[in-house]
Amino acid sequence: MGAGAFMLPGLSVLGNSIDPLQALDGMDVGLKKALADVALNAARSKGASYADIRIGRYLNQFVATRENRVQGVANTESFGVGIRVIADGCWGFASSNNVEKENIAKLAERAVAVAKANAKIQGEPVKLAPQKGYGEVSWKSPIERNAFEVPVKEKVDLLLNTNAIAMQGGASFVNSVIFAVNEQKYFASTDGSYIDQDIHRIYPNFTVTKIDRSSGKFDTIRSLSTPMGMGYEYLEPKESSKVKGIVTRYKDRYDILEDVKAATANVDEKMKAKSVEPGKYDMVLDPSHLWLTIHESVGHPTELDRVLGYEANYAGTSFLSLERLNSKKFNFGNKLVNVVADKTQKGSLGAVGYDDEGVACKKWDIVKDGILVNFQATRDQAHMIGLNESQGCSYAQSWQDVQFQRMPNISLQPGKEKLSVDDMIKNVEKGIYIIGDGSFSIDQQRYNFQFGGQMFYEIKEGKIVGMLKDVAYQSNTQEFWNACGAVCDESDYRLGGAFNDGKGQPSQSNAVSHGSSTTRFNGVNVINTARKI
Amino acid sequence: MSILSKEEAQALLKKVLSYSKADECEVNLNGSDAGNIRYARNSVSTSGGISQNTLVVSSAFGKKLGVATINEFDDESLKKVVQRAEETAMLAPENPEFVSFLGPQTYPASPTFVQSTANMGPKERADAVAASLQISKDNKLNAAGFLENNTSYAAMMNSKGLFAYNTSTGVSFNVTLRTEDGKGSGYATKSYNDFSKLDVKGATASAATKAASSASARALEPGKYTVILEPAAALVLLENLFFGMDGRQADEGRSFMSKPGGLTKLGEKLVDERVNIYSDPFHPELPTSTWSGDGRPQEKINWIENGVMKNLFYSRYWAQKKGIKATPAPDAVIMAGTDQSLEDLIKGTEKGILVTRLWYIRSVDPQTVLLTGLTRDGTFYIENGEIKFPVKNFRFNESPIIMLNNLEALGKPERTVSGESNTNALIPPMKIRDFTFSSLSDAV
Repeated sequence: MGAGAFMLPGLSVLGNSIDPLQALDGMDVGLKKALADVALNAARSKGASYADIRIGRYLNQFVATRENRVQGVANTESFGVGIRVIADGCWGFASSNNVEKENIAKLAERAVAVAKANAKIQGEPVKLAPQKGYGEVSWKSPIERNAFEVPVKEKVDLLLNTNAIAMQGGASFVNSVIFAVNEQKYFASTDGSYIDQDIHRIYPNFTVTKIDRSSGKFDTIRSLSTPMGMGYEYLEPKESSKVKGIVTRYKDRYDILEDVKAATANVDEKMKAKSVEPGKYDMVLDPSHLWLTIHESVGHPTELDRVLGYEANYAGTSFLSLERLNSKKFNFGNKLVNVVADKTQKGSLGAVGYDDEGVACKKWDIVKDGILVNFQATRDQAHMIGLNESQGCSYAQSWQDVQFQRMPNISLQPGKEKLSVDDMIKNVEKGIYIIGDGSFSIDQQRYNFQFGGQMFYEIKEGKIVGMLKDVAYQSNTQEFWNACGAVCDESDYRLGGAFNDGKGQPSQSNAVSHGSSTTRFNGVNVINTARKI
Repeated sequence: MSILSKEEAQALLKKVLSYSKADECEVNLNGSDAGNIRYARNSVSTSGGISQNTLVVSSAFGKKLGVATINEFDDESLKKVVQRAEETAMLAPENPEFVSFLGPQTYPASPTFVQSTANMGPKERADAVAASLQISKDNKLNAAGFLENNTSYAAMMNSKGLFAYNTSTGVSFNVTLRTEDGKGSGYATKSYNDFSKLDVKGATASAATKAASSASARALEPGKYTVILEPAAALVLLENLFFGMDGRQADEGRSFMSKPGGLTKLGEKLVDERVNIYSDPFHPELPTSTWSGDGRPQEKINWIENGVMKNLFYSRYWAQKKGIKATPAPDAVIMAGTDQSLEDLIKGTEKGILVTRLWYIRSVDPQTVLLTGLTRDGTFYIENGEIKFPVKNFRFNESPIIMLNNLEALGKPERTVSGESNTNALIPPMKIRDFTFSSLSDAV
């Protein structure tokens, strides 16, 4: 019997007018514990020295529209179990969507068989950092309104209103989406932890497209929303969450109707904008843009698995090394640059109570006053950087994938001195102010990068003089972070992030946020991306 | 229930349809049984087996459509997913773009399933990786690689009487070897339906040669160079062209295929006349399913013929609106070439750069298909028909349209797989003049 049958006791088979997802309650915790014990006992009896099990139920909801119509409403559910073991000093893993007791025991056996087959070609045996068992504990995203309980009609109406504003404003096309995620995951291990977690994420967004039929040119602007570890309350606007300026930007509440109106006007201006003159500029980067630069140039190179070479075949390695960390004097950036890793930050995508190998989440420094001071590690990596405990960075995108080291929220700390965006711009002679993220690319060791954006404003002698287009900047990570000229204070601090950070083979997605305040970088190389075909 | 036979899939789909109360219902079912082994630092790292099945129910009342998926297959769960799709449909507004599901179709079989691949288990994978690791250790190199095999099936049935079924196998192997000092790196990637075609030792040896010979690379000034792109490097650029060949996007004025005045470039010569790109689900080297996800038959289609844009792909809605054939997007593409080997292309090059792999490809401007990315894992300077020395990696900013206009020569097509999208293709190595490298990278 599938576990889903336990979950919908009151739902009429004949169908009724309620959204069926409103009635979705998680699987009974007692049942999950019983199934987990079957797996852990079976693994141990087959020779595993360690085992963990994740019973996961993953719900997604997509509501997608364009112009005046709904393109699709989809509810997806995935339920299954993944079992990871250490046998003969080697990892083994097996997963299945069959969560029956008998199958779970066989699955544990299969994971042990995989570990034993691979142990013959294993180098050093796996060494886990000690981890106490927490007993039976739980954690839930601190949401105010469960997006899955909000009627589909409310979402459709909001998106169609968004689209109507764009079309009335002269957009040629508009697409809008609300994407909601709920991860219900249960973790148990032979260390004595039984952890039940209920994690929520949401991402509303739109793209406005403008086409000049006579010239054949087109351009787009995307929403300034970001995926958040929140419920539907993210879509309930709040004045105190707005950051006013040349374009309004948003903290932990998003006003989609206001943003689409601005985007529709801005895409017109963007099409008429001056094509950028290549050269050196001071870059003023809004958090809606800078999050991605932080992600690629700070988040990825400080992942310990990359530093050690575990990602050499796919995501790449890192320009950082254990030697550079241990030197305690590697200038990642200048003294203005302080970066923290934080799996506890409220509203962020990476916030959970415990990671996917049962480690309670925490916060730690990565770059302190410009110096590299730490990496991101899991239980089997902690000893490699002299730690006695894991930093809680283990994650798997679903029950069917093996957990491994994934990026926590990595954020640039706000400037310690009071500084507004307006005051920052006043001090720029020749610069470009970028709002929103665009094209992004970085090499496999995270030295050379190129970023675009959504909106580019030219700054001349301390003033914004108009929009630019065809802008991308290129730099080298260490040079860039050492060219940091100023960081705005905490009143400007916001999160940006993505659902789909890819790493690993088979590739898995991780959801992660990056916070910052608006930051200036001096003398960055800007190229012009216009071409003719 | 990992891999269902045609009869088992048919019976399950019939049962699901029997629960439907919608005007129309379509059910897609797919499953796979996959195993993988991953290694790094000359040792196995993670590995595992994944069995999964997914059922997707699309229910329509008039033009109101709801979709729900599930991966539990007891009767209660099957009833639940049908009900969820129907309730979602009833709550959704009418979609004017909804097109009634397809009626019965005829699909010839394609040789996508190979028993030897389906038979692979942990031991076969571990043995193959052991051979790869041995080559790495013998050459004092550091190996990271990935071997994955899968057996999968897909089936669909709808209330109009359509039924489709296909099984497939695949094995893919890729490996990066690095010198102990981290100054050299080489890569190889292979993908087949048939495990017996996979030469793990040969691929690893090729990557080992590149790793050793790419150490201590010299810096060349960025600028325009003649390049020879190996198939894996060419594919990650060309696939962005294929992704942009959607007919509706072109008609709406928002793709590289759009022209002023609401016209498209269909029928125009956009690239060198030696460029011929087609898809063929029956190609013996690259067989693919003979039906698309919505049941449309996949046929042999010419996409670019002698440099002329011959076809675009369309949704059924847009094709109906335009009164044209609803050609689905292909599962894989094939580019014609010549009998010249990669070595022949190198021999015929006075000055140029050989590119093994391109990485982190991103669109910069969809209007011109301008892409950016970097070379990686083996980049070499060619002079007077010979590889002279390794060069430091470059960032490029280039459009595949411009690149295919600057075509100098094509080699013999070979099956390769995209490191970006995992898409398989048959692509020749190609020599391109005036390829734009915009900056240098210190990465190895």
